[in-house]
Amino acid sequence: MNPHLLIAIPLAPLAAAVIAGLAGRLIGRAGAHTITIAGVAASFLLSLYVLRQIYWGGAATFNGPVYTWLVSDGVHIHVGFLVDRLTALMMSVVTFVSLCVHVYTIGYMRDDPGYKRFFSYISLFTFSMLMLVMSNNFMQLFFGWEAVGVVSYLLIGFWYTRPSAIFANLKAFIVNRVGDFGFVIGIAAVFSYTHSLSYEAAFAAAPHIAQQTLPVFGGVNAMTLICIALFIGAMGKSAQVPLHVWLPDSMEGPTPISALIHAATMVTAGIFMVARMSPLFEFSDTALSFVLVIGASTAFFMGVLGVIMNDIKRVIAYSTLSQLGYMTAALGVSAYSAGIFHLMTHAFFKALLFLAAGSVIIGMHHEQDMRKMGGLAKYMPITAITCWIGGLALVATPFFSGFYSKDAIIEAVGLSHRWGATYAYWCVLLGSFVTSLYTFRLLFMTFHGEERFRHVQADHGHGHDQAHEGHGVHEPHESPLVVTLPLIALAIPSLVIGYLTVGKVLYGDYFGKAIFVLPQHNVLARMAAEYHGPFSLALHGFLAAPFWLALAGFFTAWLFFLKRPQLADAAEQKFGWLHKLLIEKYYFDWFNEHVVAKLARGIGLGLWKAGDQGLIDGAMVNGTANSVGWFGGVVRRVQSGYLYSYAFWIVIGLAALLGWFLVRA
Amino acid sequence: MRLTVEATSVLVEILFYVFATLLVVGALGLITARNPVYSALFLVFAFINSAAIWLLAEAEFLAIVLVLVYVGAVMVLFLFVVMMLDINLAELRRGFTRFAWLGWLTACAVIVEIVGVVWTHGLTGIDVSKGFVPEPASFSNTRALGEVLYTRYVYPFELAAVLLLVAIVAAIALTLRRRPGLKSQDIARQVAVRAEDRVRVVKIAAEKRS
Amino acid sequence: MITLADMLTLSGVLFALAVAGIFLNRKNVILLLMCVELLLLSANFNFIAFSRMLGNLTGQVFVFFVLTVAAAESAIGLAILVVLFRERRSINVEDLNTLKG
Repeated sequence: MNPHLLIAIPLAPLAAAVIAGLAGRLIGRAGAHTITIAGVAASFLLSLYVLRQIYWGGAATFNGPVYTWLVSDGVHIHVGFLVDRLTALMMSVVTFVSLCVHVYTIGYMRDDPGYKRFFSYISLFTFSMLMLVMSNNFMQLFFGWEAVGVVSYLLIGFWYTRPSAIFANLKAFIVNRVGDFGFVIGIAAVFSYTHSLSYEAAFAAAPHIAQQTLPVFGGVNAMTLICIALFIGAMGKSAQVPLHVWLPDSMEGPTPISALIHAATMVTAGIFMVARMSPLFEFSDTALSFVLVIGASTAFFMGVLGVIMNDIKRVIAYSTLSQLGYMTAALGVSAYSAGIFHLMTHAFFKALLFLAAGSVIIGMHHEQDMRKMGGLAKYMPITAITCWIGGLALVATPFFSGFYSKDAIIEAVGLSHRWGATYAYWCVLLGSFVTSLYTFRLLFMTFHGEERFRHVQADHGHGHDQAHEGHGVHEPHESPLVVTLPLIALAIPSLVIGYLTVGKVLYGDYFGKAIFVLPQHNVLARMAAEYHGPFSLALHGFLAAPFWLALAGFFTAWLFFLKRPQLADAAEQKFGWLHKLLIEKYYFDWFNEHVVAKLARGIGLGLWKAGDQGLIDGAMVNGTANSVGWFGGVVRRVQSGYLYSYAFWIVIGLAALLGWFLVRA
Repeated sequence: MRLTVEATSVLVEILFYVFATLLVVGALGLITARNPVYSALFLVFAFINSAAIWLLAEAEFLAIVLVLVYVGAVMVLFLFVVMMLDINLAELRRGFTRFAWLGWLTACAVIVEIVGVVWTHGLTGIDVSKGFVPEPASFSNTRALGEVLYTRYVYPFELAAVLLLVAIVAAIALTLRRRPGLKSQDIARQVAVRAEDRVRVVKIAAEKRS
Repeated sequence: MITLADMLTLSGVLFALAVAGIFLNRKNVILLLMCVELLLLSANFNFIAFSRMLGNLTGQVFVFFVLTVAAAESAIGLAILVVLFRERRSINVEDLNTLKG
């Protein structure tokens, strides 16, 4: 494959971002969105071309450096690309969702003063994400990893005049640092064993590393440590328990960002990374069990939180957490293809849900509280239909794309014999009930039932978002074409992508050598043996437990939130303690703020007072000066200024020296 | 009268002790004299005795130089300065004995050390109790020194000459001063003068004779 | 005949006396200069003694240079003294403590 073509893929959005960011005044608002959309579109088309070449064209995997940044002590740090089927798939998904979001943003951010800045940021994000995905070495992976983190930080705090946005972006930043700490340790450990940063060397050395033992914590298998450390990085980026706390707060950012970064692409970087590192993870059962338990816990418990949220975006945010948990659980049972497959389908329908939510928010004049919505289907038909499609995909309705990926995960977890698999199986199985419950709750509360917005119209002040239109009694309206077009563009793959690709991606040999699974771990191979095409799989899905659980969720939601809303309040009264636990989000934030943050501040204060002010400033810096001053004060008495005293000292010194020579000889 | 070698040797030794004693007396006088003029004269005395000892040691050229340069030039300079300056002697003598104990103590320590080095420890490879071998009668110290000085040490010699020149210039520059109120010509100003600076034509209205 | 030990001892005594002189006449700059001359003289004794002992004229050449330097030193020293006296009307070393910071 032509490396220049590959270089052009990330550079097109970067160039657009630079132009829109630095020359925004020259090119104006229309110029900014034209150039960034052109950049991302070029990138998307090239990615499609690459995908075609790789899969149908039979092009070889590209793996090589395109630019040597530096060489130090035999270690080469390259900008290099590894483009195989996994990468090609990710590139296409990332650029497609990014393109949709770019178009959508024209409508969503229409009145925002930071319009050009926003376009610059999302293009920059696309560049960073592509660099992450296409990397063939750990250094570039880390660069992309941090770069997407920076853009995420910038975009969560996009409305930087809001204290809550600043709090949220700081929180995201700090929590991600915790994950990055583990990530860097993992990279350093790999480097210490292979003395190279390239994936190739690490994968080749994997069986060897798996034999080593590290003398930490009383002797740990080196591969286990490396994989857990890398996974801690993934936990930060992909918001797995307990490093998930930043993701719900990140909804402070504009909705297109929630769709692009905090649902479809960046948060899946951790999933992608683990799949990419499958040749390493395969050699550590302990690490995979760890991954499995974390993922399954996230999938269930974070989903439950989605049920009690009233902010439409937060519901989807917790849904994202839950779905990321599913993907992680898939990785944990060595079903990497299933994880990536779900990543892909999820990227489409979750981006769709977020953008639909954004459309609702525009329609409601920047109101995000679902309790003030209801019955919107009549006013916003396109949004409602596309949102329903996304919702049905999310709850894994047979034939929808989500069904193929999510059922595969549940089945794979059920088939696995890994430690923790039983617990994980119950989590993901019950998770499908919870998923269904919160999804239909969202759909019912937003699009059906009583038109509650009429009650609150009177006190409808400023919306949640900054931009708002005129006041007065106004009914919701359908969003403009630039908003609904991406919805439709995303709804189509949400419907059909699973049906079309499941045979190839999940049960076929699509990934080939890109993903490595030891034969004894390969649960997907066993599932593939029973696979007879997508249609019969979907028909079979109607008989499986997840479908009935989802159906139960649907009826529960229908009963509680559409038919008899008072029942929900009654349940809330009855299970007050549970409700309180959920409202407090299992006290993770409380714990972080009152224990972790307080402890960190205490340590910082202690080190500042005792270490910095006391020891370094007091004893060392000022202490040196003081002791020199004191010594000088003593010694200056010797300096009488009289000539003869100097002469005396010279002569006495001479006599003493002579004496010393005498004694020594 | 010709003396035997042994007799000469003994005579030289006696003379050495005589001059050495006088030298020490001169040095003692130098450091204890009340008046700087006496000190300077004691120093002259010490230099002359030193020159005598150097003669005995057959370093004739240096002995002559010592007398000529030091006694003849440097010490005269000292005397001149001492006499020229109006020195308050009483003031300078005050506290004479304050550090005397330290002075004598250091002196004793130095003597003990040097004597210790010379007599007890000895010098590696050198027998200190050996006498100087007399030069043959035809040997000229001045000539030998000159031969070395103008060949091997010609550059240091030139350097020494420059050093003396610098010393002269420095001494003059330090003591030179322009006395206020002294009348002298300034040639540059005389040359640069212009007519209008000197002559002023004034018009005065004629007065009537009263 | 004169031995090396005789000369070295004489030189040591001269040196010690010069040192004692520096301590005794610590206030009088002229006497300090004279004592320095005496110190140099004692050093010259050593040079001559060793030169004669080893039969090497270099020592005497060195004495020649020492004399040169000593002459230059006393000339400049006296010049400074004259300037000093003009400035302070005194050569008392105790008046000269501007070195003290």
